[in-house]
Amino acid sequence: MSKQQLMTGNEAIARGVFEAGVRFAAAYPGTPSTEILENISTYKEVLAQWSPNEKVAFEAAYGASLGGARSFASMKHVGLNVAADPFFTVAYTGGNAGLVVVTADEPGQHSSQNEQDNRNYARHAKVPMFEPADSAQCKAMTKFAFEMSEQHETPVLIRVTTRVCHSKSLVELEDRVEKEIVPYVKNAKKYVCVPANAIIRRGEVEKRLDTLKEYSNNCEWNYIEDNGKDVGVIASGMAINYAKEVFGSDVNYLNIGFSYPLPMKLMDSFLKNLKKVYVIEENDEYIEDAVKMLGYKHICFGKYAPDESRFLPAYGELTSDVIRKAVNGGKGYVASFDRSKVLGRPPALCAGCPHRGFFYELGKRKDVVVSGDIGCYTLGFAAPYNAMDFNCCMGASVSGANGMQKVLNMVEGNEKRVVGVLGDSTFFHSGMTSLLDIVYNKGNCITVILDNRITGMTGHQQNPGTGFTAQGEPTEIVDIEGVVRALGIKHVRTIDPNDLTLMRETLDWAIALKEPSVIITRYPCVLKKMSAHDKNEWPQMYSSKCTVDADKCIGCKLCLRSGCPAISVKDKKAVIDKTMCVGCSVCKQICPKDAIN
Amino acid sequence: MTKNILLVGVGGQGTILASKILTLGLQKANYDVKMSEIHGMSQRGGSVTSHIRYSEDKVYSPVIEHGQADVIVAFEKMEALRYLDYLKVDGKVFVNDYEIPGMPVTSGQAEYPQGIIEELKRVADTTVIDANKEAEKIGSSKVMNMILLGTIIGSMNLTNIDWDQILTENVKPQFIELNKKAIKCGIELAK
Repeated sequence: MSKQQLMTGNEAIARGVFEAGVRFAAAYPGTPSTEILENISTYKEVLAQWSPNEKVAFEAAYGASLGGARSFASMKHVGLNVAADPFFTVAYTGGNAGLVVVTADEPGQHSSQNEQDNRNYARHAKVPMFEPADSAQCKAMTKFAFEMSEQHETPVLIRVTTRVCHSKSLVELEDRVEKEIVPYVKNAKKYVCVPANAIIRRGEVEKRLDTLKEYSNNCEWNYIEDNGKDVGVIASGMAINYAKEVFGSDVNYLNIGFSYPLPMKLMDSFLKNLKKVYVIEENDEYIEDAVKMLGYKHICFGKYAPDESRFLPAYGELTSDVIRKAVNGGKGYVASFDRSKVLGRPPALCAGCPHRGFFYELGKRKDVVVSGDIGCYTLGFAAPYNAMDFNCCMGASVSGANGMQKVLNMVEGNEKRVVGVLGDSTFFHSGMTSLLDIVYNKGNCITVILDNRITGMTGHQQNPGTGFTAQGEPTEIVDIEGVVRALGIKHVRTIDPNDLTLMRETLDWAIALKEPSVIITRYPCVLKKMSAHDKNEWPQMYSSKCTVDADKCIGCKLCLRSGCPAISVKDKKAVIDKTMCVGCSVCKQICPKDAIN
Repeated sequence: MTKNILLVGVGGQGTILASKILTLGLQKANYDVKMSEIHGMSQRGGSVTSHIRYSEDKVYSPVIEHGQADVIVAFEKMEALRYLDYLKVDGKVFVNDYEIPGMPVTSGQAEYPQGIIEELKRVADTTVIDANKEAEKIGSSKVMNMILLGTIIGSMNLTNIDWDQILTENVKPQFIELNKKAIKCGIELAK
């Protein structure tokens, strides 16, 4: 194997974790961070686990660090919201062996519900932070973060963005350095966060920050490239690369790779000889605010110009052409062509998706409000189902439905029922506590758990219901129906969602009940690699394909309401694409003329 | 001088493997290489792109700027048009004469647009390739992606790289010969 390898940022972080001698890593999947733990799980020297959610992952990594092993957790940006509670307090205690956390942010929101800038978490929690700009830095900074974590007794945050995670560049591979387990020594004053102890640790945090402020001014990660110009660029993360494409050697650069605490003295010395400075950073005005605080607002062009007019866009990726447009109006030639010949390609539920039957039936009902969640099934909001009213974050479907149903029940004559919809992995993530709220607080909304036997949207990660760990070891299969009953729900039905009659009758049953109910639609994702257990439960899964009897088809297009990408209508007859169809039979059940076999 | 290659297509067409093979070859030829993919929804019929940039000097950004692609290779014809604003003024388009309708078309809300090839030809130096037909001649429609990779290799003068070796190291043994043939076919078509 060549020592130099093309790697994505995610692969490089995983490699850094391996080389740093880490023994424990935990994560919950989420774009663009998912491949970090997937890659770590291929190193047998590291115990890698998918946790039910990010808070659990971070806490497990914290415990592992206290146990004396270098430990790691990764998550997408909104995942750190879930893990924020322990993150803020572990900032006070630090670990025993090194503890490093990755947050993968999404400028441009390619696959996320918001665009929050998690650099603010570093400042907010007072945790040191790195911002790698390419894959080589991903590995180098990950490794160094463990050293810093141990030296300063603090968790360390690494902030990456989609383009850092998912772009490839060259990385030098090095060997793993084994780290002995650091003996755990009881130290309640440090680790038990009662107020009297925590306030003392609070002081330690400030001392540590003072040291790190000095470090930031003098470290290898923050450095000036002096091209002898009176115009400068300050940038961090991927934005450095975009800026260098635009400005070349026409400006001086201050590269910021260690960005909390910011190198204030270094910035001041860089800025004092400049007539103009561009601050190039994705998402918030994190560095820009600091430049202004140092008194350079009059020369600073970042998200705002000195006169406070908008300069760079407030949101979205700051790719080279976006920067160029702000700086000098753009580069010139861009082909102009007839855009009306380009149609969108909105994502659709796959042919054979087990969510199809459910959304087809739910979308027909006028007596429901649908509270959605985060997963493939969020696509239920779109045509032809239009079967979702709101969604916001993991688990909110259930708790939101409960709150809404309570208020609708206050309206005289209300007949609307609220249906919370979420997947199996999302239920384990944070739906369980919400369901408890319904039981405890006497709610009566309906919860539907779309159990497709895998974590689908992020690319098929194992979860507590699948029977395998992240590293492929067989484990307990947590029984969702058992959990639901144990939480106190009395009315539970587990059904096959591809049976439309059963699906419809089960919705009727739940809607008629005065008490809370749970419907579990249990059928594997069509893309799932079936386990022995699955094959035993579904021996006949999708063993035939559907075909249209053109003589019987009247071209009514009702089958298109299935939203299946395998069906279209040509010359007034339905056509099923054989390469896509798996024979789920949803269209066959919809057809009023029995024209589909 | 940094060269920019844009591969576009629809999820499931094999753009990711093609761009992987391409970047490995470029790396072997000692270029600095960066590659960026956006494929969040690819499994569900979405549009997918791979940006590949390489140079004898350092490459900074992994993302091609609008108006800067030396070549766009489109695995599906509407996708060629979607990303045409990335093409350089003297850049080339290789477009697979292949239609994947997408949800608005299959659900009957829209017709697949007519005249795409004509529009491409009007705006840019466009070569139309029936990669499906060529692939079937070779023996399997699955090597469509390697034929299209071959057009990049041909048009960017990268034929001196040992692509056979790269294929041997990265493709299942039973498919190596088929893929080699497909790349050669693509190189010929690009002439």
